Amino acid sequence: MLHIDVGLQMRDFTFAASTEVPSGVTVVVGPSGAGKSTLLRIIAGLLRPDSGSIVLDGRVLSDHRTFVPPYQRDIGLVFQEYALFPHLSVGRNVAYGLRARNVPARERGARVQAALDRLEVGSLANEHVGELSGGQRQRVALARALVIEPKALLLDEPLSALDPQTRGRVRSELASILSDIHIPTLLVTHDEADRAAFPQRVLLIEHGRLISGAQHG
Amino acid sequence: MIRAVVAVAAALLLAFIIIPLAGLVLHLAPRDIVSALQTPAAQSALCLSLLTTVIALAITLTLGTPLAYILARAAFRGRSIVDAIVDLPIVVPPAVAGLALLLVFGRTGTFAPVLARLGIQLSFTTAAVVMAQVFVSSPFYVRAARAGFLNIDRTLESASATLGMGPLRTFYFVTVPLAAPALLGGAVLCWARALGEFGATIMFAGNLLGVSQTLPLAVYLNLEGGSMPVAIALSVIMIAFSAAVVIVVRLFERR
Repeated sequence: MLHIDVGLQMRDFTFAASTEVPSGVTVVVGPSGAGKSTLLRIIAGLLRPDSGSIVLDGRVLSDHRTFVPPYQRDIGLVFQEYALFPHLSVGRNVAYGLRARNVPARERGARVQAALDRLEVGSLANEHVGELSGGQRQRVALARALVIEPKALLLDEPLSALDPQTRGRVRSELASILSDIHIPTLLVTHDEADRAAFPQRVLLIEHGRLISGAQHG
Repeated sequence: MIRAVVAVAAALLLAFIIIPLAGLVLHLAPRDIVSALQTPAAQSALCLSLLTTVIALAITLTLGTPLAYILARAAFRGRSIVDAIVDLPIVVPPAVAGLALLLVFGRTGTFAPVLARLGIQLSFTTAAVVMAQVFVSSPFYVRAARAGFLNIDRTLESASATLGMGPLRTFYFVTVPLAAPALLGGAVLCWARALGEFGATIMFAGNLLGVSQTLPLAVYLNLEGGSMPVAIALSVIMIAFSAAVVIVVRLFERR
């Protein structure tokens, strides 16, 4: 369970979010500039809230005394443009988080291959990330975030970087992949079609305020 | 008509650059260049220049990389002033830089009492050569490195952090590899500027064989009263180094 109750004064608005995210996918829908990415950046530890707390599975990540830096949070984040390291191969991109955890090379190789296979991109391990299609990039980014066995997963507009033709196909593939992941997963989007593809739980965000009342059970 | 004028003007400047350099390179037969380079004075200058420029470059990389990173990333009051200070040695005449170093670190300079107590003499030593080279050449590296760091997509560093890498390891595994072409290009330019350093060196370190007589100083000394073939041979070596630097920098810029 991910418990969020935070406030942050932004330049244009006051950001405020208070909700609990259970295991499974929760979609956060809102227009551009509403504070969707801010929410994810606060949870990931890339932004420090002014007030409130974040608690993940009983561990305080942020409150008035504690601030766990992003590299100690065990939260997977898939960035909007995927943020794959352009100087590393697909395999090394996915291995990156395991390297950070000093996982031995042999175990690292096996876990990377398993993560890539699980997302059906096992044959791409030696490819350069610049040669991947949009859908492949998303799968590699997801493999990279999941291979570290995070305690929560955040996806920032995971479909917006794709062209409209592939978006529909990748959306249903993503829904199928995420249905197997049993950790608190927040997917932010401005696209109503995404909301329909992930109907389990939906929150709305407007002008920096997360409206919990809009959630569906 | 206008095209012809433009072409002639461009050709004139190009010829003005090429002809003296070509004249210098072709002045001596390759055999004479090789024998001039085997004189003790030439060998000493060559070794001293290579040694001092490598040390100067190492110092610049060690101290200049953090400075470039701070200038690219940190927001603080007076950053533009620090930026301007970093660029200052590029426009300050080298002889003035040498005089400034002498007045501060020289035998009767500002820090003379402290240095004397520690038993350190800097002016007219090989250390002074290195200091003069760092002073005039470091801005070339810091400027390039700062631009390299600025061009990196910060999201990649954020991605590294969320994957578990702390700031130092992110710098090592993401920032440096991505800025590498800029860092290497800047380092090569910096080294070339240190190699060609003359004015600050002669003011602060003198022109002592084996101690402070680097390649440009040896060229000057041999032109004044020594052996003209040695001056020319050393100049040809420096032109070769310069041409190599231009090619290497171009290769990095293309990446």
